[in-house]
Amino acid sequence: MRLLLGTLFALAVAAVVGLGATYLALTRGAAFGALTIGSWTAWPKTGTLDADPYARATIARTGQLPIALGDGVSFTARSDDSGKLLDGRCDVVLSGITPAARFWTLTLYNVKGELVANAINRYGFTSQGIVRHADGSFAIVMGPRANPGNWLPTGGVERYTLILRFYDTAVGVSTKAGREIPMPATSTRSCP
Amino acid sequence: MMRWLLLFLGGALLGGIVHLATVIIMPRTATQDAYSRLARIAPVNTVISLPAPTPESATMPFMDPAFATAICRYDLSHGTLKLTVPVSLAYTSISFYTRYDVAYYAINDRAAGRRVIELELMTVDQHNQIPEDEDVTAADRLIVDSPTLTGLIAIRALAPEAGLMPMAQSTIAAAQCKQQDEPKPAR
Repeated sequence: MRLLLGTLFALAVAAVVGLGATYLALTRGAAFGALTIGSWTAWPKTGTLDADPYARATIARTGQLPIALGDGVSFTARSDDSGKLLDGRCDVVLSGITPAARFWTLTLYNVKGELVANAINRYGFTSQGIVRHADGSFAIVMGPRANPGNWLPTGGVERYTLILRFYDTAVGVSTKAGREIPMPATSTRSCP
Repeated sequence: MMRWLLLFLGGALLGGIVHLATVIIMPRTATQDAYSRLARIAPVNTVISLPAPTPESATMPFMDPAFATAICRYDLSHGTLKLTVPVSLAYTSISFYTRYDVAYYAINDRAAGRRVIELELMTVDQHNQIPEDEDVTAADRLIVDSPTLTGLIAIRALAPEAGLMPMAQSTIAAAQCKQQDEPKPAR
């Protein structure tokens, strides 16, 4: 009886620890070789045959097709530079310049990876579709209400994810550290 | 007390094995991965355009709405595949994925350097069966080796402005992937 109880206990611990760790690893996006710059993180290796088992499992679980490294690289941000989670009820400003790439796109998704409905059917920007300052830098405001300039509507959702994708670029192929890559800064400007 | 502690440690160790096993098995058991989603709508060895993602519906999560996308779900078990993709004005890319959605090759319009990108897709075995002289004479023949028999080709064209989306869509609508005749056995 004691043996049976003991075995069941050990198996229960194994199930909780094993499945719990898998769930956490796959929902938090754990994979090796992350390239983090400010609030942006990319996993360039996920778009190659060298993708590690965690990356492969994450791809299978979410159901997305990762961007291939020969095509481009995608950076994800879930929080601003101070670590505050991106909140669709606030005005968040993304400003600065981007690394060299033929094109880039910025897209706003909800936590499930779906586009966020809004009145003007705008889900993101492309490098050609934004208004820039004279020096080539730009600012994009993510917020629930219309803003002058480059406004990306958040639809008032509580949490969202920004994905900045660079196409036809050397970023991720040759970069080891993030110091030499200029990424736009994100900061929460005002919250109701 | 000691006995329970040991059982707990043993269980935790076993848990580590369970964790690694589930992570490794996951891609093979997933029913909602990109390949399975596309297998429901995409016939084999044919290019189909995917509808643009909207907040209400999207074929896959995290699709880039600035792109027009077409998919060719391939199966090389009955012969090699020939892929023809015309290039759009802005940016066109072709990405190759294995059955388990891992990207193994990608090429874009600039790297291809032509108005129409022509590629042949085959397995390593099929590639080895090509007579050598044939391989050499066609110097500009682009051959891609697929690590798996089945997989996905994603053909994507960028619409840099929303107004250019119809142009991007019509470009990829003209893309073709066709199974080539079974190679004749070498004598």
